[in-house]
Amino acid sequence: MEKWHLMAIVVLIGLTVRWTVSLNSYSGAGKPPMFGDYEAQRHWQEITFNLPVKQWYFNSSDNNLQYWGLDYPPLTAYHSLLCAYVAKFINPDWIALHTSRGYESQAHKLFMRTTVLIADLLIYIPAVVLYCCCLKEISTKKKIANALCILLYPGLILIDYGHFQNIYNSVSLGFALWGVLGVSCDCDLLGSLAFCLAINYKQMELYHALPFFCFLLGKCFKKGLRGKGFVLLVKLACIVVASFVLCWLPFFTEREQTLQVLRRLFPVDRGLFEDKVANIWCSFNVFLKIKDILPRHIQLIMSFCFTFLSLLPACIKLILQPSSKGFKFTLVSCALSFFLFSFQVHEKSILLVSLPVCLVLSEIPFMSTWFLLVSTFSMLPLLLKDELLMPSVVTTMAFFIACVTSFSIFEKTSEEELQLKSFSISVRKYLPCFTFLSRIIQYLFLISVITMVLLTLMTVTLDPPQKLPDLFSVLVCFVSCLNFLFFLVYFNIIIMWDSKGGRNQKKIS
Amino acid sequence: MPSHPHIATSEWTLDYPPFFAWFEYILSHVAKYFDQEMLNVHNLNYSSSRTLLFQRFSVIFMDVLFVYAVRECCKCIDGKKVGKELTEKPKFILSVLLLWNFGLLIVDHIHFQYNGFLFGLMLLSIARLFQKRHMEGAFLFAVLLHFKHIYLYVAPAYGVYLLRSYCFTANKPDGSIRWKSFSFVRLISLGLVVFLVSALSLGPFLALNQLPQVFSRLFPFKRGLCHAYWAPNFWALYNALDKVLSVIGLKLKFLDPNNIPKASMTSGLVQQFQHTVLPSVTPLATLICTLIAILPSIFCLWFKPQGPRGFLRCLTLCALSSFMFGWHVHEKAILLAILPMSLLSVGKAGDASIFLILTTTGHYSLFPLLFTAPGLPIKILLMLLFTIYSISSLKTLFRRSFTLVAQAGVQWHDLS
Repeated sequence: MEKWHLMAIVVLIGLTVRWTVSLNSYSGAGKPPMFGDYEAQRHWQEITFNLPVKQWYFNSSDNNLQYWGLDYPPLTAYHSLLCAYVAKFINPDWIALHTSRGYESQAHKLFMRTTVLIADLLIYIPAVVLYCCCLKEISTKKKIANALCILLYPGLILIDYGHFQNIYNSVSLGFALWGVLGVSCDCDLLGSLAFCLAINYKQMELYHALPFFCFLLGKCFKKGLRGKGFVLLVKLACIVVASFVLCWLPFFTEREQTLQVLRRLFPVDRGLFEDKVANIWCSFNVFLKIKDILPRHIQLIMSFCFTFLSLLPACIKLILQPSSKGFKFTLVSCALSFFLFSFQVHEKSILLVSLPVCLVLSEIPFMSTWFLLVSTFSMLPLLLKDELLMPSVVTTMAFFIACVTSFSIFEKTSEEELQLKSFSISVRKYLPCFTFLSRIIQYLFLISVITMVLLTLMTVTLDPPQKLPDLFSVLVCFVSCLNFLFFLVYFNIIIMWDSKGGRNQKKIS
Repeated sequence: MPSHPHIATSEWTLDYPPFFAWFEYILSHVAKYFDQEMLNVHNLNYSSSRTLLFQRFSVIFMDVLFVYAVRECCKCIDGKKVGKELTEKPKFILSVLLLWNFGLLIVDHIHFQYNGFLFGLMLLSIARLFQKRHMEGAFLFAVLLHFKHIYLYVAPAYGVYLLRSYCFTANKPDGSIRWKSFSFVRLISLGLVVFLVSALSLGPFLALNQLPQVFSRLFPFKRGLCHAYWAPNFWALYNALDKVLSVIGLKLKFLDPNNIPKASMTSGLVQQFQHTVLPSVTPLATLICTLIAILPSIFCLWFKPQGPRGFLRCLTLCALSSFMFGWHVHEKAILLAILPMSLLSVGKAGDASIFLILTTTGHYSLFPLLFTAPGLPIKILLMLLFTIYSISSLKTLFRRSFTLVAQAGVQWHDLS
């Protein structure tokens, strides 16, 4: 079958799955007085449409910041404004100032879902399709299968279309993907422009900022800092500054404006973590209540140190040996370090790690599939809160089946396939009997999957004991955190033991 | 239980043959584990999330039979030597065309009915006929008839084929009938099978003297020529023509406005009414039209039988003719023609092109079944998916065959 027909079918399948998931309920449905984050998005349209720009981020009688105040960068606000114009055209009641609080109707729900689908279709899906088409060294059929698996990734679908909290994740991830695409294909300027747009859309994309910086810096060094490299550096700096200025233009007029926006974007007084997240600090909190023991600034310094210590090796290597493959893996490990050790991490930030893992799906299918399953599982408490059990189970199974048939992952578990060959050779210099690495990993996979399934069943069927009402959520977070730590170590090993940027790797067919 | 056909308590009373009633009875016993409330006879329009869950799951569960039938059909397809890839084999294409059939998905799982396993029964009986297990095929079809009597549309094809190709065990060298090879035994056994199945299903009602009531529920001729949603058949055109003529007639003062009945055909209600300009159509007239339409294919099946493939063609034509000229046809009846046609489409290029036209228009005609706003993207996306896949895969399948044949310089002939 022709390539474009197959690709069209894959995109249509992705769209169908997204729309059918969106037919479920959403967070905060019918729950006054705060409703859920669906209401947040509607409220932002109301605010941006009715109030002048200067008042968007400030607390005022018209704009009560306690009731879902804007806490994303300006590009989100502009996007909400655009949606508000469309909303006004259809039904002005939806965004009327003050009176539209808690507005819920079938038509409005349809409108919001449609905006998400359109944003997805315009930004994220083309990026995925183009990325898969630009993959090197694999057959057309594998490229299309790759696109199918990425589009079927359950985490993003469930959060954007089912959960509705901080929707439009696909927009920021899509921009970041355009950035990766540009930078990998040597269109550095366009790539960095796209990534700046991503950061200006959601500040969480800063998790990816360091690898971009290191990769581009490494490229400049490679080109020679006296000649072309310096020119490239200057051009990149100009692009970055120009894009930031453009996005923040209305807010640069007064110092107070900029500071207020920054205060809304980075709420440092919220604490080390909120709710239950598959993070080191939350898991550690089970044993030792560090959130209460240590003062706020010590917590800040501690998380800062741990984060940077864990991501430094990979970044330094990327500066010294910039390669496309190293860049993608560094994206993964950086984002994962941030997720595990950073301050005030949300559960859905795992999506920032999942996107780079999707990108390396074709290189290490087995580990990537495992990681993506764990990442969906780690969001289980959030999904159950929104009654999304059925869609999550179905989409996870569909994704798993798609990956297994496209990549035959269970046959690709040898050391070489897992890219651990150089590592195990080095270890075997000291421990000659270290030959069972792949078998260990297979057993770990089995244990991990069984634990996840058991925990899911327990959470759904049993009631937690009276004294520990959060038992199951904490268990889910703890298990996910252990898995993530393992993956952190694994990805760092791949990066550090990767020689010559992967050019002498066996051709993957 | 025996009093079921009697009760006319609501608009949704049982109007399917007895086997379907027994099926629903078994379902109701399972249902009480899900939700007691839905079994209360007076609880009309009852719906809770658990009811919905139970009904959807029951449809999915019964579709297992449909999957099995598709598998059996794929076994009957001649695997061509072209194309080593799995996705290009005719078996794979056929299974996707059947399992992901847009019409079936919409009707069964969104609109909600149990057509999946019924079509499974039909496909299974066709597969058995292909595999020369005629008795099983006949038995399955008889059972099917007593599940849903709409399959009477294709009964002539079955009857003639079984008579001609099974009861007459051999043909003369030129293909015409050899009267001496008539096997009385086979005829009797076929008759016995049909009789036993019918006895099993209608027997209890015969004993209770309720047969006339059952038949009046099964064949409600009072419901009118066209369903509330017009099926896109000949009578729809006929009605439209009548309407146009009456409007013209009124304008040109040929007709007296007082003589025209006020009830409009397009009011969306199920009722009987008269045509204004053209002659009114009676059930007998539709029957005669249908019989005339299926006569050519029946003749072909009798005088020039071409084995199971010929039977399949006749079956499709019978379904289509009954759809076009039948009384009170539902839109969903187009599936009766589309699904058997899928089996033919992977065999010959000519069949494939006809299939594409039939399936695209047939599926498009099912659009009004989903009329809610959220349903709009779903039906468009699914329709696009199915259409793109069917066109692309069939084109690839037959382009390759043509190229190979052209290269080998061999005459293209049917592989049946």
